[in-house]
Amino acid sequence: MSSTPASPLHLAVALDGTGWHPASWREPAARPRDLFTAGYWADLVAEAERGLIDFVTIEDGLGPQSSQVLDPDERTDQVRGRLDAVLVASRVAPLTRHIGLVPTVVSTHTEPFHISKAIATLDYVSTGRAGLRVQISARPDEAAHFGRRTVHRIEPPAGPAAQDALAELLDEAADHVEVVRRLWDSWEDDAEIRDTATGRFIDRDKLHYIDFEGRHFSVKGPSITPRPPQGQPLVTALAHGSAGYRLIARQADVGYVTPRDADQARAIVAEIRAEQRTAGRATEPLHLFGDLLVLLDDSGAEAAARRERLDALAGEPYTGDAPVFTGTASQLADLLEELAGGGLTGFRLRPAVAGHDLPRVTRDLVPELQRRGRFRNAYEAGTLRGLLGLARPANRYAAA
Amino acid sequence: MSKPLKQIHLAAHFPGVNNTTVWSDPAAGSHIEFSSFAHFARTAERAKFDFLFLAEGLRLREQGGTLYDLDVVGRPDTFTVLAALAAVTDRLGLTGTINSTFNEPYEVARQFASLDHLSAGRSAWNVVTSWDAFTGENFRRGGFLPQQERYSRAEEFLATAHELFDSWRGDEILADQATGTFLRDARAGAFVHRGQHFDIHGRFNVPRSPQGRPVIFQAGDSDEGREFAASSADAIFSRYATLKEGQAFYADVKGRLDRYGRRPDQLLILPAATFVLGDSDQEAAELAREVRRQQVSGATAIKHLEFVWNRDLSAYDPEGPLPDVDPVVSEDHISRGRAQVRMYRDPIAIAREWRQLAEANQWSIRDLVINTGNRQTFVGSPATVARTLNDFVQADASDGFILVPHITPGGLDAFADTVVPLLQEQGVFRGDYAGTTLRDHLGLAHPDADTDTGTGSGPAVASERAAS
Repeated sequence: MSSTPASPLHLAVALDGTGWHPASWREPAARPRDLFTAGYWADLVAEAERGLIDFVTIEDGLGPQSSQVLDPDERTDQVRGRLDAVLVASRVAPLTRHIGLVPTVVSTHTEPFHISKAIATLDYVSTGRAGLRVQISARPDEAAHFGRRTVHRIEPPAGPAAQDALAELLDEAADHVEVVRRLWDSWEDDAEIRDTATGRFIDRDKLHYIDFEGRHFSVKGPSITPRPPQGQPLVTALAHGSAGYRLIARQADVGYVTPRDADQARAIVAEIRAEQRTAGRATEPLHLFGDLLVLLDDSGAEAAARRERLDALAGEPYTGDAPVFTGTASQLADLLEELAGGGLTGFRLRPAVAGHDLPRVTRDLVPELQRRGRFRNAYEAGTLRGLLGLARPANRYAAA
Repeated sequence: MSKPLKQIHLAAHFPGVNNTTVWSDPAAGSHIEFSSFAHFARTAERAKFDFLFLAEGLRLREQGGTLYDLDVVGRPDTFTVLAALAAVTDRLGLTGTINSTFNEPYEVARQFASLDHLSAGRSAWNVVTSWDAFTGENFRRGGFLPQQERYSRAEEFLATAHELFDSWRGDEILADQATGTFLRDARAGAFVHRGQHFDIHGRFNVPRSPQGRPVIFQAGDSDEGREFAASSADAIFSRYATLKEGQAFYADVKGRLDRYGRRPDQLLILPAATFVLGDSDQEAAELAREVRRQQVSGATAIKHLEFVWNRDLSAYDPEGPLPDVDPVVSEDHISRGRAQVRMYRDPIAIAREWRQLAEANQWSIRDLVINTGNRQTFVGSPATVARTLNDFVQADASDGFILVPHITPGGLDAFADTVVPLLQEQGVFRGDYAGTTLRDHLGLAHPDADTDTGTGSGPAVASERAAS
């Protein structure tokens, strides 16, 4: 038996409305009427911070939620409507001190210049705890909200044309992130000099045009916002297949993947590591987290019964892109340790019901992992990169 | 018979990226760190101000082909700062300048609606448009918009945003856990807009916010801009802070309201104003002169002269006489990303006038720039400033002021501590907030979703304006 202690795991919590189960809003702990208030989000993030969670992600989208993957619906029995995730994160930032804040941004319809300065500013507002989760939009109805481009319908099951369309959007997302990252570096850290002798506020040699010219857009720079506290805030992405894995390998600091067991995890990790080498990033740290939807209770039977109740309220069994775990905190800890054996360094847990399963994560799962020596006992770093063991990167434009 | 005293509206403009802001002062702090914004906002709220105001610029300024380095350079993202400020204040309004040229209505509408939810009804939007392809180089579409269309796009942008705000009436969310009805209306948020600049349809995904819509600011000064403000804006961020000019502007704009069935108190006129306080009027006057010299260094004087001369004047001595060469008259300007250079329509004539002024007064280049530049709006002891400011408002030169301190972040502190109490004693400024939303503070009604959606014709919006 190996005497090397297993390394601690990282934990993120994915926040989405009242939770990831479509019937979550019906649960007593759900607070559906508070969804559009700052207090609701502040309470959830404070709970996650009490549990020493590395970071929360906040879902977003440029159209109403839907039970269809590619089309809007007209359902009235589920939560519809959401607030801008970057602004929710920023609203919560001054109320928290340690936890990372990672809102979703949609690359397909947004300006990288705006996104770059928004996340840089979130990093200033949170003093070094910002990140983003980049997401594409393949929905024709969302494209119609902007009227700038036509997004062709990607017909499942995934044929070659659909794969091409998806790869195109993901390729654009990689360019989007490239611009966002270059803009973060477009000011060197010591560009602001306030030299009263010469009257110069900045050393203009330490600001850089990024001169990005890609297939989809060109951006000149520099940013209007100086380099953020972390230098490069965290970039994260979720992927379920090779095109998405490539985006993670090229641009992300944390990738979310959805393996069902340790073997599958091992295969996905190997694929992404190979892509990482192809992208010339082999030496850069890249965390790969497993995504799981969780229903946690005192017994497996209780959790299973809750899942059944939620499914009955929803009118159909829940199936999503990520595996669903139903059971106790101890059983979940077993599963996480097993999956970690496949090369995952952490997990992003999606509470089925935010008001119920998030406190179960922070009050049951976290102490269980701490007992096993697999989770921190206190926040040990001042920035999100620090929590994840990522160094503050050198500026790509700074003279060596 | 005397008319009742008007109540003054006061706002705080976070110091901007031009030479009004004195960064060289030992008391000057960060323009980027959130602690500066929090300090500034808390001071404004302690003083019961109506709102805080943030300007915006989307491309760093250049002069002579390189980045302009003499003023404060750089600022954070407007929306993100305002959302964070909502966490450290309870009542203060949060006004953001957001460009209509390099954004799309769906995204901006959901950002303002989100900010309004997250601040419990304190958001406001100063709508501006960009004037050149220079800024466009930072965006996907580049400089896509012909100059003459920027106003019509801005106007349609705002009208479209209103349609999105109004696509939720406010009673759609039932969230009845027992019956399982979340939405009363399956089509909540549905919209269709077909226009010259925007052809969009679908469903808006932010439910109606506490104020219904953000308060709308307009900063344009053209005849069409004034007409638009009269038809649709809630407040004007104006530039006339002298008594005579202010009264003329005020009478003109308020006089247009009747045509739109609006009352004079439905459109507030709030000029930008600078100030210098001292223990005595004399001390304040001396301090004001000193601040002007801080604002116009020798290097800054040369650069400002270049705005008119439109040529490299770096070889000239700022303490020496004005150049005898004439300005270069050209569409290409030495300064890029700056609105104010467009004010010099006849540079040859201005140069002639300035040479005469300098000769008559024996002014150096720097003296000239100091003396022809804007003076502080209010200079004096707290009692003098309180009296002057109130006189302006009572004389219908404005409904209040958007104050622009020259020091970040503490430049508002003395005003809050010394002038505001005097205004409160005189009964012309609130002792505490009476309501919770910005519309409450400004005395504006909350709009209904199914009425009052009109927008005017004619240019809606000023050039992107980094505020005085």
